Amino acid sequence: MIRFEDVSIAYGTRTVLSHVDFEVPEGELRLLVGPTGTGKSTLLGAVCGLVPHFTGGTFHGTVTVAGRDTRKHRPSELTDVVGYVGQDPLAGFVTESVEEELAYAMESLATPDAIMRKRVAETVDLLGLAELRDRPLSTLSAGQRQRVAIGAALTAQPKVLVLDEPTSALDPGAAEEVLAALHRLVHDLGVTVLLAEHRLERVVQYADTVALLRPGVPGIEVGEPGEVLLDAPVAPPVVRLAKLAGWSPVPVSVRDARRRAASLRSSLPEPPEPSPVEGEPLLSVRDLTVRHPGVTAVNGVGFTVGRGERVAVMGRNGSGKSSMLWALQGTGKRAGGVIEVAGADPSTLDPKRRRRLAGLVPSEPADLLYAETVAAECAQADRESGGNPPVSCWDLLCRFTPGIDPAAHPRDLSEGQRLSLAVAVVLTAAPPVLLLDEPTRGLDYPAKAALATRLRELAEAGSALLVTTHDVEFAAEYATRVIVLSDGEIVADGPAREIVTSSAIFAPQVSKVLAPARYLTVEEVRAGLA
Amino acid sequence: MSKRLHPVAWWAWALGLATAASPVTNPWLLALIVAVAGFVVAARRGPEPWSDAYKVFLRLGLLAIGIRLLFHLVLGGVEGPTVLIGLPQLTLPDWLSGIRIGGPVTAEGALAALYDGLRLAVLLGCVGAANALASPRRLVRSMPAALYEVSVAVVVALSMAPQLVASTKRVNRARTLRGDTDRGPRHLLRAVVAPVLHDALDRSLALAAAMDTRGYGRPGTVSKTARRLTAALMLTGVLGMCVGAYGLLARESTGLTGGLFLALGGALAVTGIVLAARRVPRTRYRPDPFGWREWAVTLSGAVAAGAVIATQALDPGVLNPPVTPLSVPGLPLYAALGVLAATLPAWIAPDPNKEAAR
Repeated sequence: MIRFEDVSIAYGTRTVLSHVDFEVPEGELRLLVGPTGTGKSTLLGAVCGLVPHFTGGTFHGTVTVAGRDTRKHRPSELTDVVGYVGQDPLAGFVTESVEEELAYAMESLATPDAIMRKRVAETVDLLGLAELRDRPLSTLSAGQRQRVAIGAALTAQPKVLVLDEPTSALDPGAAEEVLAALHRLVHDLGVTVLLAEHRLERVVQYADTVALLRPGVPGIEVGEPGEVLLDAPVAPPVVRLAKLAGWSPVPVSVRDARRRAASLRSSLPEPPEPSPVEGEPLLSVRDLTVRHPGVTAVNGVGFTVGRGERVAVMGRNGSGKSSMLWALQGTGKRAGGVIEVAGADPSTLDPKRRRRLAGLVPSEPADLLYAETVAAECAQADRESGGNPPVSCWDLLCRFTPGIDPAAHPRDLSEGQRLSLAVAVVLTAAPPVLLLDEPTRGLDYPAKAALATRLRELAEAGSALLVTTHDVEFAAEYATRVIVLSDGEIVADGPAREIVTSSAIFAPQVSKVLAPARYLTVEEVRAGLA
Repeated sequence: MSKRLHPVAWWAWALGLATAASPVTNPWLLALIVAVAGFVVAARRGPEPWSDAYKVFLRLGLLAIGIRLLFHLVLGGVEGPTVLIGLPQLTLPDWLSGIRIGGPVTAEGALAALYDGLRLAVLLGCVGAANALASPRRLVRSMPAALYEVSVAVVVALSMAPQLVASTKRVNRARTLRGDTDRGPRHLLRAVVAPVLHDALDRSLALAAAMDTRGYGRPGTVSKTARRLTAALMLTGVLGMCVGAYGLLARESTGLTGGLFLALGGALAVTGIVLAARRVPRTRYRPDPFGWREWAVTLSGAVAAGAVIATQALDPGVLNPPVTPLSVPGLPLYAALGVLAATLPAWIAPDPNKEAAR
C-alpha cells in the first residue's frame, strides 16, 4: 500500500533520511519509532506528499501510495488515498464545529451532499463522537480533538491513515480512547495505518510491525515489534524488562510479559524501601483555590513539600495541575488560601524576587526564550538575575546538558535541549523550589531518563521539586512522592511506590508485570536481581 | 445540526434597520430603532462568543456620541441664541475664516450634535445586532464558490485574532517568570512581539499543511482563456456598479443613467461570479436553506426602511426636527409603526438556546 524505494531526503546540507526502503502491506498497523531528530515526521510527511511539495528540500527515490507517485501528485491530490493527522490537531482545524470539520475534506473532493451526510453519520458512530456533533471545536478536550481530527481525515475514505504522535499530549485515559478508535479502524475497515509515537508503552501492543530509524544510520529496520525493539535505542519498559530477564520471543504487551514473569516474580526480593525524605519544609500550601471564569480549577488544596522531595502531580488533562503550579509560583492568580515558599508568600513579591523563591518552567519552554542565540539567552538570564548569579546560566546549562552549541538559535534545538535551556534560565535565579509543567512532551526515552537523573541531582543538592505530568513511566523514574489531582481536589497523596502501584491508571508497566511485588522501574529490578 | 436562521437574512434585516436610521435625527425614532434591535438580539442570540457583539457596538456608539459632542465643543457647528458656556475663541488668520476653534457653546448646537451622534450610534447598534445574531463564519460559508479563496482567508483571520491574544498572554506570563520587567519598546518587540509572531507563523504553516492534505486548492478543469474572461467580466461589472452607484447618489446627474449603469454592472459581475464558481470543484455540506422565515425576517427589515423612506417623502420635517427654537420633537407615527414591524424576528426566528438545550 505504501512503498518507499531508496528514498533520501535532505534539507540543505542536513540529511534527514537516507536510503530508506520499505513497504507497508494493505491493512497493517505499522509503528514508526526512533529517537528525536531521526526523521520520523519527515517520513510521515513524505507519505502524504507534504514532503517535498510543502516543505521543500531535496528528495531522491520514489514514494508510491496506493499506486500513486507522490512526486507527481500534490498533497491535495492524495486526499482520497492518504489521511494525515498532524501533531497538534487544533492547529489543523479549518472550520468551527465538529460536523463541519468532518465534512471539510469531502467538500474539497466535491462529494455530493447526500453522500457527505451519510459518511459523517457513519464516522460519528465509528469514533464515538455522537455527543460532540454540534460542539464548537474550541470547547473539546485534547482526546476528543484527536478523535475528531482522525474522523476528519477518515471521511474522505482514504486507504492509508498517517498519524504523528497521536497520544503524546494526552492523559492515559484519553490515549486509551484514541487507540481503541484506531484499533477498530484497522480491524473493521481494513485501513492501513502508519503511526509515529514516542510513548511506546501505550501503542506498541497494537502494532503489527515496527519500523526503526537509528540516528546517523542509513536505511530503516522493519520487523516484529519485540525483535526490532530489543536492541533499539528507544524501547518501552516491558521490552527492557524482557531483555533483562532474557525472555524470548520478546513480549510487547503487559499481558504477555506477565504470563512469562512468574519465575521472575518469585525470585525477586521485595524492593528496598527508600528512606523517607525528611527535609525542612520549603513549600507549604493551605486551602489553595484557583478560579477561572466559569470553573473552579483548584479547590481547597493543601500540602507541604520538604527540601529534597521530588513530587509528581498527576491527573487527567484539565484536572487543575497547571493552574495549581502557576499559583504556587505566585504569577498565577489565586482566589483564596495561603502559600508559603521558604517563609514568604511569592504572590506579594515583585517578579524579580518571586523567581528567587520558586522557578517555573512552563509547558511550552519556548515561551521563556526569545534571544537569537543560546549564548545571548544565557547572558540575558544572568542580567535578569542581578548580573551576578551564584552559578551562571551557561554553566548550569553545561552541567545539565553538555554539548549544546552556544551559537545555535534556541528554536533550532531539539525538544530536550530546549527544555534544558529553559530550566537553566529558571535556575539561574537559584530558587529553592523548582516547578515544571509537563516537561516530558516530545522527549524520547533517553531524554526522559536524563531529565529524571538531573532532577534527582537537583533534589539531592537541596531543592524541592514539583512536576506535573501524565507520563506514568517518567513519574515512576523520577518521583519520591505522588499527588493525584481530580477536578481540582487532591484525591491521593503519598510515597510514589504506594500511590502508583495501587492505581490501575497510574501504574507503570514494570509494576503491572511484577505485581504484587512493588517494583516501578527496570533499573530497580536490575538492582534487585544483582 | 441546530436549525439557525440564515446569516444573510439577519444581515438583510439589520441593514434594513440601518437604512431606516440613516436619514433620521428624530431622537424618539432613533431610540425606538435601537430598542427594536436590542429586543431581537436579547430574544434570539445564541450562546457563542460573538453573541456579545451588540453590547460592544453599543459602547462604541456611546463613544461616537461623545466624540461628536467633543467636536462640537471645540469646532462649533450649528449656532443658536441659548448660550450654555462661553468658551474663549481663538483668533485665526483670514485664510482660515471658515474654521472656528472655541467660542460660545449653544444649547441648540449641542442638541443638533447629540442627535447626529445618536444617529451614528444607532447605525453602529444595527451592525452590532447583525454581528451578534449571525455567526461570521456561517456568513462566509454562504458566499458564492467563486469567492471561496477569499472566504477561507477571512475564516483563518477570524480564528487568528483570538489565538494571537491567547499567545500574547502566554508569552507575557512567561516573561514574568523570568523576572523580566523591562518595558522599553525595543525590548518588548524582541521579547513579546517576536515570539508571538513566531508562534502565529508556526500555526499558520501547520494549518496550511493540514488544508493541503485535506484537498484544499485541488485544481479545477477550467482553461486559461475562460479564467481570463471571467476575471475581465467581474472587473468590468464591479467598475460599472461603482459608476452606477455614483450616478445614483450624485445630485447633478439623473437617476436613470445611474440606475442603468448599476443594473448592467451588477449583471456582468453576477455572470462573472457564476462562471468563476466552475473554477472551484467543491460541494457544500448541508447548505443553509433560505426559507419562509428568512424571507419574513428580511421583509420585516425592509418594512422598517420603507416606512421611514415613505415618511421622508411625505413629511420630511418630522424625521429631522428643528433645533431652533428648542422644543420637544414629536414621534412620527407611521414611521414608528414600520420600525416596530422589525420586531417580528423575535417571534418567528428559531431560538438557538432552545435548540442547544434539546
